Amino acid sequence: MGELENSGYRGEALQLLKQADCNVGDILKVSSKGHVYEGILIPRFGDGGAIIIKMKSGYNIGIRPTADIKIEKIGKGSKPTFAAPPLPKQNTSLPHVVIMSTGGTIASRVDYRTGAVRSALSASDLYGVVPELSELAQVDTEIVFSLYSENITPQHWTELTQVIAKRIEQGVEGLVIAHGTDTMAYTSAALSFSLQNLPVPVILVGAQRSSDRPSSDAATDLIGAVKFAGEAPFAGVGLAMHETVSDNSIVVHRGTKVRKCHTSRRDTFKSINGFPLANVKNNIVTMIADDYLQRDPNRKLLVKPNFSDKVALVKFHPGLNPSVIDFYVENGMKGILLEGSGLGHVSKNCFEAIKNAIEKGVVVALASQCIWGRVNMNVYDTGRDLLSFGVIPLKDMFPETGLVKLMWVLGQTSELDAATKLLKTNIAGEYSPRTLMQEEKLQFEGGQ
Amino acid sequence: MIIDYAKVGLKVGLEIHQQLNVNSKLFCSCPPELFKEEPEITFLRRLRPTQSELGQIDPAAFFEFQKGVKILYEANQRSSCLVEMDEEPPHPINIDAVEVVLTASLMMNMQPVDEVHVMRKTVIDGSNTTGFQRTTIIALDGWINVKDKKIPIQAASLEEDAARKTGTQDEGKTIRYRIDRLGIPLIEVATAPVIYSPKEAQEVAFAIGRILRDTGKVMRGLGTIRQDLNVSIPDGALIEIKGVQALDLISTVVEYEVQRQLGLLAVKEELAKRGVTAEKITSDFTDVTSIFKETKSKVIRKAIDKKQKALAVKLPGFAGLLGRELMPNFRVGSELSDRAKFWGRVGGIFHTDEMPNYGITAEEVNALRDAVGAGDGDSVVFVADTEENALDALKAVVERSQEACVGVPAETRTAKDDGTTRYMRPRPGAARMYPETDIPPYEITEESIAKVQANLPEPADKKLVRLIGQYGLNDKLAKQLIDSEYNQLFEEVVKNTGVVASTVAAFLTETIKAIKRDGVETENIQHNQIYDIFKAVGSGSLTKEAIIDVFIWLSKNEAKTVQDAVEALDLKLFSESDLALIIDEILHENKLQIEKMGKNAFGMLMGVVMKKVRGKANPELVSKLIHERIT
Repeated sequence: MGELENSGYRGEALQLLKQADCNVGDILKVSSKGHVYEGILIPRFGDGGAIIIKMKSGYNIGIRPTADIKIEKIGKGSKPTFAAPPLPKQNTSLPHVVIMSTGGTIASRVDYRTGAVRSALSASDLYGVVPELSELAQVDTEIVFSLYSENITPQHWTELTQVIAKRIEQGVEGLVIAHGTDTMAYTSAALSFSLQNLPVPVILVGAQRSSDRPSSDAATDLIGAVKFAGEAPFAGVGLAMHETVSDNSIVVHRGTKVRKCHTSRRDTFKSINGFPLANVKNNIVTMIADDYLQRDPNRKLLVKPNFSDKVALVKFHPGLNPSVIDFYVENGMKGILLEGSGLGHVSKNCFEAIKNAIEKGVVVALASQCIWGRVNMNVYDTGRDLLSFGVIPLKDMFPETGLVKLMWVLGQTSELDAATKLLKTNIAGEYSPRTLMQEEKLQFEGGQ
Repeated sequence: MIIDYAKVGLKVGLEIHQQLNVNSKLFCSCPPELFKEEPEITFLRRLRPTQSELGQIDPAAFFEFQKGVKILYEANQRSSCLVEMDEEPPHPINIDAVEVVLTASLMMNMQPVDEVHVMRKTVIDGSNTTGFQRTTIIALDGWINVKDKKIPIQAASLEEDAARKTGTQDEGKTIRYRIDRLGIPLIEVATAPVIYSPKEAQEVAFAIGRILRDTGKVMRGLGTIRQDLNVSIPDGALIEIKGVQALDLISTVVEYEVQRQLGLLAVKEELAKRGVTAEKITSDFTDVTSIFKETKSKVIRKAIDKKQKALAVKLPGFAGLLGRELMPNFRVGSELSDRAKFWGRVGGIFHTDEMPNYGITAEEVNALRDAVGAGDGDSVVFVADTEENALDALKAVVERSQEACVGVPAETRTAKDDGTTRYMRPRPGAARMYPETDIPPYEITEESIAKVQANLPEPADKKLVRLIGQYGLNDKLAKQLIDSEYNQLFEEVVKNTGVVASTVAAFLTETIKAIKRDGVETENIQHNQIYDIFKAVGSGSLTKEAIIDVFIWLSKNEAKTVQDAVEALDLKLFSESDLALIIDEILHENKLQIEKMGKNAFGMLMGVVMKKVRGKANPELVSKLIHERIT
């Protein structure tokens, strides 16, 4: 009976189904208001008390448990079986790429009966969804987590770092990390700091449309990521997704310079304050950047997997109550990332609280909530004052990467001067000395 | 051909689709509008069959995917947002649209479902950016009476309309679709397959169409209504015919389809008699490009100039059969050609049953026959295109020819304007449907049903009696009005313009029908334009005689007003003083006659004046002015 209890039905509907000894998947005959319906019992989806059945036509309908309803079980359900397609032969001349899954839309499969989305990313699942992969690489898969990306924590970054490091020590041409898109850019920044001196590419990839849809972007994103990971001349952390809303170009962003910028579009990830590394079009990798570390299998990886979770992000807004900052300090935070306005400002109302934080040994850094552009705190008095208190400007780093870096820095050292120095040092391309004119590309690019 | 349909065992089921006239699309707030201009936005996609259900994948779609077919979508900002582009999840279902379907359902004695669940029906030909069509059942299990026969209505659904195909490019490898139509709410009404003659199919479709119209909330005009017909005969096959746009074409479509199936069964018998079996038709293709080196055939010349190939295949024992007519202008050869076009992306095929012709000489035909080893009893089919396309085309020809030995292949066909049908695609497998989890279920409460029930439009039979009583219409006119799409407009016009009911009724039925027969595109005229015409007549600024001219002018001049028509046609009424001057002049010219005839000259004078001022003066006023002057 366990399945019925967990099927989402409550109250009257649950009672009636129990009385009729029905379970999810059983075939029912339901009479109500003088009409008779036959179909398979489907788990309850959404609010509401109706009993949902899938009729022979394939349609689901909901029937309210009214007084005159009659439910009769007329057949036992059969569990849906998924027959995986046979694995294609591995072509040993192709590069060896490991695909790791952490969860998210890209690593999910739908149960066509109920519509429930389940995570799945075995090798056979992958080849099933994207048979073309066998022509690009010898693929090996590993499920690291099955998490929606909002549930990923700095602790998971540490684990992921170690798993990746192990694989690299064993020798691979590249790694692809399937990840939920919501916090994928945080993870790409984290890995950029925790995996230094990489010999090969580590490429994060996600999807904005689940892979049960024929229109899913999962396959094209994955193909682009594997192609790039397997053969690009690049070494380091990148993030591969659609370049536009079209399916013909996958763009690879630098791990520390990428941000999710749209709630739903396929091309949600944009390079901020920098240009993308490369794109993959018509199965051809083209490097766009020229300032990157070359792939070198003999390079020795440096693993620095620790992150501190004693870091807070405070977004400045008109009317920000300074006691918010006090609260963090009193609760033992070691670092505060201020998301300032414009060139790098917060109201003078917060000055005392900020001074107090710094006096208590908290590292206070500042990035701009404008996202685009560089912080410059020498232009106005407010900026100069903040600098004089010891606030550290994060130049052209946008707040999310700044936050991750602060977490990583405080995971390396608890000593204030060392932390400040490390924070100011360019580790993984998070700082760039020049701010270039970066035109938004035409938003809708069609054709070839 | 006279066919005894009962004897043949014809069974027809109908699916009537009609766009709903509500303010926005089904799952977003875009207006339900199409655009004609160049697209502002284009984007390229590929749809991939999802492997987990490989056994159920639509073979045509899988084939297109393997061929690398891409879809280029066209959009503009006015008619589409990110939802249609599959770049944003759908918004909750449009409640107004649900209510229209509820209204129609209750008029068809159906039981609404308690809770509406939106489903995804997999469609990967590109007509839906998502790769599925969103569809939902609103009510089940009803009936309507048609000519005293109870016709069961199985289901009333609400679904999103698909994108419309606007062309292909890159040798058929890229299909263009325009997404303006995508998401427009459609009602689908499905009958049980209990219709036994072409005429009855048309009557049932007509009855359902009238009910939908009576809701007052469906779109009108070309392309807003599409009937799908499921036609079967016992020895033939179940054929799904898509997209019959005109109601009065339905009986013809069914007739032709029965003819086609009977014709194919006769071909099967003839092939059996000749000893031809499917096994004897093989995919042995011969490269015959060299035979056409010096050809005068333009089509083949063009292909050879582009360094493409001519390939040929022998169809043993088919001589004379390919020219056999199955429907008007549609032969057995057309069956092969349709398949070749679909699977091979070619413009068409040639076959020896129609040779020598099209610039192809008898010598070339002989060389062709020799090349494939064809005897007198055999036919040769050949095609000139890229090697890949030509191969795919001939494979399709062979497959279709093999099927001819077995009978009628089950397939989906599309209806042409003349009532004939063309191959569209193979029948999709069992439709794969799974829940659209992005849209919450929508409950239909007893209260909302009661509210719709209380406001149901008047049933047609009651309305007929009322129209006769209330407006003094005769029986025939009232019936015509009920059957027309104008019966609501009629009452509005009569109530608000003061024009005599019988004049309005006659125009909205007989006159419009007559000018439509004469080729005027009456569907271009909006109801509010007709209303404005009568408003002008009622207020005395337009004469009754000018109604037809204004109507015809408006049908040819899109997005213009009655005022524009009056100016363009120079129908502005003469003022009374201008009219008086004209009449005075005519009286002067006819002075002698008037002196001779006295008052009796009136009829003659009326004729002369009206000839001069017709459409620009009210006859009553002319009559008054003449009377004043000759007494």
